Amino acid sequence: MAWRDGKASGKRLLLFMASIILGIAAVVSIQSFSDNLTDNIGLQSKALMGADFLIDSNQPANERVVELMDSIGGADAKEVNFASMAAFTKSGATKLVQVRGIEGGFPFYGELETDPISAAQEYQEKGGALVDATAMLQYNLKPGDSVKLGTTTFSIIGALITAPGSTGIGATAAPPIIVPFRFMEQSGLLQRGSRLGYNYYFKNPGIDLKALNTKIDPLLDAENADLDSHIDTSERLGRRYSNVARFLNLVAFIALLLGCVGIASSVHIYIKEKLKSVAVLKCLGATRKQTFLIYLIQIAGMGLLGGLIGTVIGLLLQQTFPLILQEFLPFEVEISTSFQSIFIGLLLGVFMSVLFALSPLVNTWFVSPLQVLRVQENTSNKSRPYQIWVILAIVLFVLLFAYWLLGRWTYAASFVVGIITTFSILAGVSMIFMRFIKQNFPNSWSFSARQSLLNLYRPNNQTVVLILAIGIGTFLISTLYFTKDFLLAKTAFESNSESPNLILFDVQTEQRNDVANTIKPKGLPVIDNIPIVTMRMVRIKNQNVNDLRLDSTSQVNKWILNHEFRTTYRDSMIASEKIVEGKWIPTIEPNAKVIPISLADNVANDALVTLGDTILFNVQGKLMTTVVGNIRQVDWARMQLNFSIVFPKGILENAPQFHVLSTNAPDKKASALLQRELVKKFPNVSIIDLRQVVTLVENILDKISWVITFMAFFSILTGVIVLIGSVRNSKYQRIRESVLLRTLGAQSKQILKINSLEYLFLGVLGSGVGVLLSLVSSFLLAYFVFDTPFIPSWIPFLVVFPGIAILVLLIGLFNSRGVLNSPPLQVLRKEGS
Amino acid sequence: MTKILNVRNLRKTYTSGSKNLTVIDDISFSIEEGDTFAIVGPSGSGKTTLLGLCAGLDEINEGIIELCGEDLSTLNEDQRALLRNEKVGFIFQDFQLLPTLTALENVSVPLELQGDPNATKEAMKLLTKVGLAERHNHYPSQLSGGEQQRVALARAFSNKPSILFADEPTGNLDEETGEKVIKLLFDLNAEMGTTLVIVTHDLELAKLNQHILRLKGGKIVINETTILS
Repeated sequence: MAWRDGKASGKRLLLFMASIILGIAAVVSIQSFSDNLTDNIGLQSKALMGADFLIDSNQPANERVVELMDSIGGADAKEVNFASMAAFTKSGATKLVQVRGIEGGFPFYGELETDPISAAQEYQEKGGALVDATAMLQYNLKPGDSVKLGTTTFSIIGALITAPGSTGIGATAAPPIIVPFRFMEQSGLLQRGSRLGYNYYFKNPGIDLKALNTKIDPLLDAENADLDSHIDTSERLGRRYSNVARFLNLVAFIALLLGCVGIASSVHIYIKEKLKSVAVLKCLGATRKQTFLIYLIQIAGMGLLGGLIGTVIGLLLQQTFPLILQEFLPFEVEISTSFQSIFIGLLLGVFMSVLFALSPLVNTWFVSPLQVLRVQENTSNKSRPYQIWVILAIVLFVLLFAYWLLGRWTYAASFVVGIITTFSILAGVSMIFMRFIKQNFPNSWSFSARQSLLNLYRPNNQTVVLILAIGIGTFLISTLYFTKDFLLAKTAFESNSESPNLILFDVQTEQRNDVANTIKPKGLPVIDNIPIVTMRMVRIKNQNVNDLRLDSTSQVNKWILNHEFRTTYRDSMIASEKIVEGKWIPTIEPNAKVIPISLADNVANDALVTLGDTILFNVQGKLMTTVVGNIRQVDWARMQLNFSIVFPKGILENAPQFHVLSTNAPDKKASALLQRELVKKFPNVSIIDLRQVVTLVENILDKISWVITFMAFFSILTGVIVLIGSVRNSKYQRIRESVLLRTLGAQSKQILKINSLEYLFLGVLGSGVGVLLSLVSSFLLAYFVFDTPFIPSWIPFLVVFPGIAILVLLIGLFNSRGVLNSPPLQVLRKEGS
Repeated sequence: MTKILNVRNLRKTYTSGSKNLTVIDDISFSIEEGDTFAIVGPSGSGKTTLLGLCAGLDEINEGIIELCGEDLSTLNEDQRALLRNEKVGFIFQDFQLLPTLTALENVSVPLELQGDPNATKEAMKLLTKVGLAERHNHYPSQLSGGEQQRVALARAFSNKPSILFADEPTGNLDEETGEKVIKLLFDLNAEMGTTLVIVTHDLELAKLNQHILRLKGGKIVINETTILS
């Protein structure tokens, strides 16, 4: 009977099914791909590090560290890495790169993928360089060309395609160049101020990494070194990617929920129309269970088919994910079918459609056979207690699924609350808006405009569901644009000649005047000349840092204990700073016993210190007692040099230091010329071109937003399907209305106008509410998460809002073709009603 | 007297699959301005189709229909719609009120379509005539069947039509309510001097008209003039 009844309504059932296909496709594709990613990371963990474990530090291994390394068999390879300027001698172009000086047989797992392949083996022997393949393309370099790092010129042996340890988006900012370690000392780049990293690689597949970590890591910590195993690396990487996958999964799940809301709404109308048939069946002796099962089986069958189609589409989409996410992936991901995802797709299809259809389905249970003779209105009253249970079941299922995705009850509960809040706000705002229109009806508008507004209230209307579907999609896309825009605004810098756009790092004290004298003759200003003194914390309040490292109960953040701080001294604050506690102390006597310092609020929080607390610093061998004199709020995102610790003038002037200089080059050409000359004269100096940084940030945000837009489109497309379903559901009603108006003398253009305006109102309301809601959420994001002023982007208002409104209008009109073409005689025929 | 409706050799055939079904077969008749005219016949005899064709709601296959002096076959759908809007009124068995509009708004629709600035005022006058002035703000779902048909009556007369087509106007009403609606229909018709064409099963109702056209199998069986009491 379910099949026979369903056959007659086949097209409509298929349309309900279509509502969930995309949501399931999205969930399955992402779920399947993240399973692949996790498996690949697990399988390739050694290849990702290139060794079983490594010991890293930002200074060469001291005697104690060497002793410890020897106790476990000694390092099999070593590396020093740092950012530096590379000068490509063929073109004269310069670029900030990540230099990796390697000695030994690294990598022991995985490989240096190069072009030509032999380059990976030859670069050590020939003393040449492997240059990042993208940079090679960008600067039109070929093997045999040369690159100058510091004072040493290397012949380029080949292009570096992949290398363990040079992965992900970081390589875009500073592309890697691998050279033999033995040339590093002579390059003149291992100087004071250079931010160096030393890695000592070990190949020891049989070792118990956990036991090693417990035994040796605390000892290494005391020497400012750290043990990192391949498992740690893959776990860290896995966590990072599973966070991304979780986020994408949640967006997919939202699309699925949206589809389910569409199902609930469509099934509600479908069942409402079937209530008479149910009453007839009951008159003929069908039991409650039988009539209930007829429609339950139809919906479950539809869900299963939807789940199946969605899963197949999802598995096809999964194949495209390596392309979509290629910029973010550390390695090539092998795609395989995840049976768990297939099972989830099918389960979600059946379960979600039945669950969301249950509320209208329950009504069939309470239909009285008397309904055949007389319409009774009390069906929904009787089913109300059951409806509440259904709603609770839906909330519980969403909570459980969110928990399965997120792994924490608090996150899952927040997601459910967030979803309910967003859906409620969207539904609430649209209902309030509709009530407002009803109460303040624009009676002065033309008949067509008024009629189209009134159509939003027609019986069995799905106005709220449509506004919800359109609104969610618009909300996601607009939030994306708003967020992207204020993040970009945060990184943007003033483009006047007084704001620096070239920052010169690692300028040694003795180079300071020469560097300035290279800049000034070109008519360019030296805007900043900031001294930098490196130091570490030795004691915080009365506790030694070494003791704090071993104290598992200590709440002091670990990075504080291991960090080498780059501090400065000056007598005034800069624009990105604001005192929140204490007062600014500009200068101090050189022989003062207690030195008041200024701490950034995040450092004060992480170090658990407040005004008046003492901190003992080791300033390159000399101990210096300081007291927290004030705490500053720092806008780290401002494109200028910010410091977490600032000393007053008068005390650090004679400490070993290096300098950061800045200037403003009016255009790209002047900037390139200056960089070229500076790199030639001062090879140890690193230059950051803020123009390039902004372009880089823009590129990264573009890549992220592409992925999010891709996901948001699932919601938009689901909204489109719900819209098509809704138009189809009300098609007969629309035909009846249009035909009646035609009979009363309405002309085609009047009917077209009424239909167009109705869809336009829907589109404008849905996308308008979505944009407004995203405005609020983006403001909250800017204020609470990114701590930045919110200046809304115009794109959502000028592109997203009208774009989606027009899309809704076109889809509506395309699906209403039959309404305009129906002959008026249908009004006299009962089959049209 | 002028002929307001002139039907000559009318034929209408519908195609269902490979079969042709002739529902109106060579019908000719005419109606004078101000006449009242009933079309009767058993179910499936083609009454409603004939009414629809005469009102320009569908296209004919053969023959000529002249409505208010216009040959319908020479007009396109929009021109026919304009003619209906200006000169034709309708009453349906199942009322056909727009559910999203109040009683007053439903009555004013034909005038609104004409762009009449006094649409609401005129509609209110008509609602008062059918005794529903106090229910003008009610929606169709809030009105009884009889009340809905009275609203439909007011709407049918709102554009002061030259000819009014009524399809089984009492078919969905009980006897008592039906009688009241018919009295109202004939009263308004007399007051406005409209030509009335009624399709009905009800012979008693048919006899209230000056002319009766009996159909069977798409053909005219009898075209008689009654003697009104």
